[in-house]
Amino acid sequence: MKKENFIWSAIKTGLLGGAVALFICLIGMVEVFSKRDVVEGVITLGQFVLLATSIIAGLFASKNTSSLVERNKAFSSMVAGVIAGVVTGGMIALFVILGDIVNIRAVFLNASPTLYQLLTFEQGVGNAWVLPAIGAFAGLLGAGYVFLPASVSHPINRGLLVIVFMALFSGLFRVVLINQGPEMEKAAKYLFGQTGLTKAGALIFFLGVILVTLLWTYQGGNVRQGITRLPKGGRLSLQVIAFALIGFIALALPQVSGPFIAQVIVIVALFILMGLGLNITLGFAGLLDLGFVAFYAIGAYTVGLLTSYGPFGLQHISFWVAIPIAVLVAMAAGFTLGLPVLGVRGDYLAIATLGFGEIVRLLAGSDFLSPYFGGPQGIIGIQKPCLGFLEPFVKIDVPRVCNGIELGKPQDIYYLAVVAALLIAFVAWRLRESRLGRAWMAIREDEDVAEALGINLIQTKLLAYMLGAAMAGLGGAIFAALIGSIFATSMQLLVSINVVALIIVGGMGSIPGVIVGAIALIGLPELLREISEFRYLLYGMALIVMMLAKPEGLWPSQAARRELHHEDAAQIER
Amino acid sequence: MPMLTLDKVNTYYGNIHALKGITLSIEKGEIVTLIGGNGAGKTTTLRTISGLLKPREGNVRLNGEDLSKYKAHEIVYKGISMVPEGRGVFARLTVNENLEMGAYSLKDPQGISRNMERVFTLFPRLKERHTQVAGTLSGGEQQMLATGRALMASPNILLMDEPSMGLAPVLVELIFDTIQQINKEGVTILLVEQNALMALSIAHRGYVLQTGEIVISDSAENLKNNPTVQKAYLGME
Repeated sequence: MKKENFIWSAIKTGLLGGAVALFICLIGMVEVFSKRDVVEGVITLGQFVLLATSIIAGLFASKNTSSLVERNKAFSSMVAGVIAGVVTGGMIALFVILGDIVNIRAVFLNASPTLYQLLTFEQGVGNAWVLPAIGAFAGLLGAGYVFLPASVSHPINRGLLVIVFMALFSGLFRVVLINQGPEMEKAAKYLFGQTGLTKAGALIFFLGVILVTLLWTYQGGNVRQGITRLPKGGRLSLQVIAFALIGFIALALPQVSGPFIAQVIVIVALFILMGLGLNITLGFAGLLDLGFVAFYAIGAYTVGLLTSYGPFGLQHISFWVAIPIAVLVAMAAGFTLGLPVLGVRGDYLAIATLGFGEIVRLLAGSDFLSPYFGGPQGIIGIQKPCLGFLEPFVKIDVPRVCNGIELGKPQDIYYLAVVAALLIAFVAWRLRESRLGRAWMAIREDEDVAEALGINLIQTKLLAYMLGAAMAGLGGAIFAALIGSIFATSMQLLVSINVVALIIVGGMGSIPGVIVGAIALIGLPELLREISEFRYLLYGMALIVMMLAKPEGLWPSQAARRELHHEDAAQIER
Repeated sequence: MPMLTLDKVNTYYGNIHALKGITLSIEKGEIVTLIGGNGAGKTTTLRTISGLLKPREGNVRLNGEDLSKYKAHEIVYKGISMVPEGRGVFARLTVNENLEMGAYSLKDPQGISRNMERVFTLFPRLKERHTQVAGTLSGGEQQMLATGRALMASPNILLMDEPSMGLAPVLVELIFDTIQQINKEGVTILLVEQNALMALSIAHRGYVLQTGEIVISDSAENLKNNPTVQKAYLGME
C-alpha cells in the first residue's frame, strides 16, 4: 500500500486545527477568555487557547509524519509541523479577511468587531498575515516538542499545566492570601495580578515545578526506598504526621479561605455524599439509577418541612432530630423505588429510574401539591442547625433562640458536611468489605449465578437502593441547612447526571474515586464561575477525553484496575 | 428412596413449552447424565431443579421434600449446587474471591477454609493462581474455578452444565477425571453434556432428552450400545 504524502497529511491536520480554532472563536470563547490573562501583559487566556490549537496541530502533524516517511524524519516532521501551524493560522487569517468583506455576524453572533480586534492585535485587517506566521512558529514548537526526550518534556508539561491552573484560579488565591494580613498581601500582589499571574509569578511557578519534577526524577526513588526501608514504627508515625497535617488543614481551611470557597467545598461534600450513595447502587450492585436526585430532594424537603419557620413548616423540631428522620424517609423512598423496578435490568432500569426522578421533582413543584410543598415558591425559612446543650431536642419555640453555636455561615456548615462525608465514606468502605458488599458485587457480575449461590436478589437489591438513598437523603438534609430554602427547580435531572458522571470519572465502585470525581467535576467548575458559559463545553470535552484516555477512572477500584490492565493483573497481591 | 426426583415436570419460557413432563430420579452417590441435542431441554432441566425456573406442573423433590416452595437462593441451602453453562465465573474478582462467593451460603469460617483446602487439593492449578483475576484464566482453569466455586457450598448434589464446552480434549479428560473424584468423595452428580461419549464413560446411568421429553432411560453401558443413541449422539453408524 502506498503511504500518504506527509505534506498532504500535515495540511489535513492543519485544517482540522483551524476548524477547532474557528469553532472556539465563533462560540465566543476567545472573546470571553481574552478578559483573563495567563500571564499579565504577555498572553491572555484567549490567545493561549488559540496558540495551543496551533501547537497541538503541529504536534500531531509531526507525529503522523514520523510514521509516513522513512528518511529525514526529523526534518520532514519539522516541515509538517510548520505546514500544519500555517494552515491553522491561515484559516483564522482568512476568517478575519472574510469578516472584513462580508457581514458574518448576521449568522454568527459572536463574530463581533471585538473578536476581529483581538485576532489582529488591534491592528486591523492589514495585520492578518501575522496569524499564519505565529501559526508557523507554534507548529514548529509543537513539532519540535515530539523530539524532546521525556526527561525534558515531562517537567515542561507539568510547569505549563501548573501555570495555566494557577492563572485560572489566580483571583481566588489572591483574595485568600490578601485576607491573611499585610505580609501575605505583598506576596499575593507579587505573584498574582488582577486577571492572571504576574510575570514574576509565572516564572517562579514554572521554575519551581521544573525543579521539583527534576528532583523527584533523580531523587524520588531514593525517598521512596527510604520510606519503605523505615521500620514499621517509623512508617506509622510518618502516616500519623501526614494525617495530622491533612486534618489540621481541613480544620483551618474555612477560617482562612472565606465563605465562597467554604461553600464550594460544602457543595463538593454534598455531591460526595450523593456519589457514595449512587456508588452503592451503581458501583457495587450495578443498578443504574438516573433519578438519584429524587432522594436528595426527599432528604431536603423532609428537613425543610420539619424545621422551617416559613408558611409550610409542619413542625419546628431540632435539625439534629430532623436529620435521622430525613434519612429514614429517603430510605423508605429507596424501598418504594426499588420494589417496582426489581425485575428491570440495564437500559430499562435507567429509564424507569429517570422517570422516578422527574416525578419527584414535578410533584414537589406542582400546583396540585403546593399547599404542602409550596409549589414553585419552595420552602423558605429553614432554621440553621444549632450546637448547644440547652438546645431543646424536639419542640422549639417560635422564634428560636440558639443558646450555643449557630451553624449559620457556610464556613460552619463546612464542618458538618465534611464530617458527614467522612463518616459515610467509612460506612461505604465497611459495607464493601462486608458479606452484603460481596453479594452486591456478585449481582453486578451475574444475577443468575449470584442467585444460584444463595444470594437473595430481592433483599440484596432493595438494600442497595435503600442504603444509597439514605446517603443521598443525608446530603439533601445538609443542603437544606446550608441554603435555608429549597425549590423544586434546583432538583434538576442534571444533578443526577452529574452524580453518574462523577462516579464514572472517579472510577466505578471506588470510594476514593467518588471523592476525586466530585472535586474534579463539581469543585473545579464551581470555582470557575467566571467562565460559566463554557463550563459545560469544557465539562463535556473532559468527559470524552477521560473515557478515551483513562476509562477506568481517575482513582479506579481494584477490580476495574485489574479488568483494564490484564497484563499487570497477575502481579496484584492482596 | 431416590435422593432427587422429578415428577412429570412441565416448564415454560413464556408460552414456549420447554419441558414436557420430565420424570427422572437420581440415587445417592450416582453420576447421572442427561444427553441430547441443542434445545432438547437439558439446561432447562438443571435450571428448574436449581429453582431459577419454576415448573408450571409437576414437582421436584429432594429426599421426598417438594422444592417448589423454595426460591432459587434458598435451594443452595438444601445442598444443591450448580456449575452454570459457559462457566459464569465472576470475571473481575480473583480466584480466591470467587471461591469465597461460592461459600456465601455457609456461615462458619472453619468450614469455609476446609472447603477451600479441599478445592485446592482437587485443583492445584487454582492454588497457584489464587490471587489472579478470574477473567484472565484460561477456559480450562475457569471451568475448574466454576466447579470449585460450586463445591464451596458443601453440596450433596452437584448440577453440572456442559463442563466440556469449548475445552481442548486433554482438558476435557482432566475435568471428567475430577468429576469422578468428586463423586467418589460422596457428591451425587447430575451431568448435562453434548459430548455424550465422554459423559457416558463416567456416568452410571443416563437419560436421553429430545425436544423436552425423555425418550430413553438406561444404564450408561446399555446407552453406549444402543443403536439409536450411537447414531444420533455418538457419531457412529
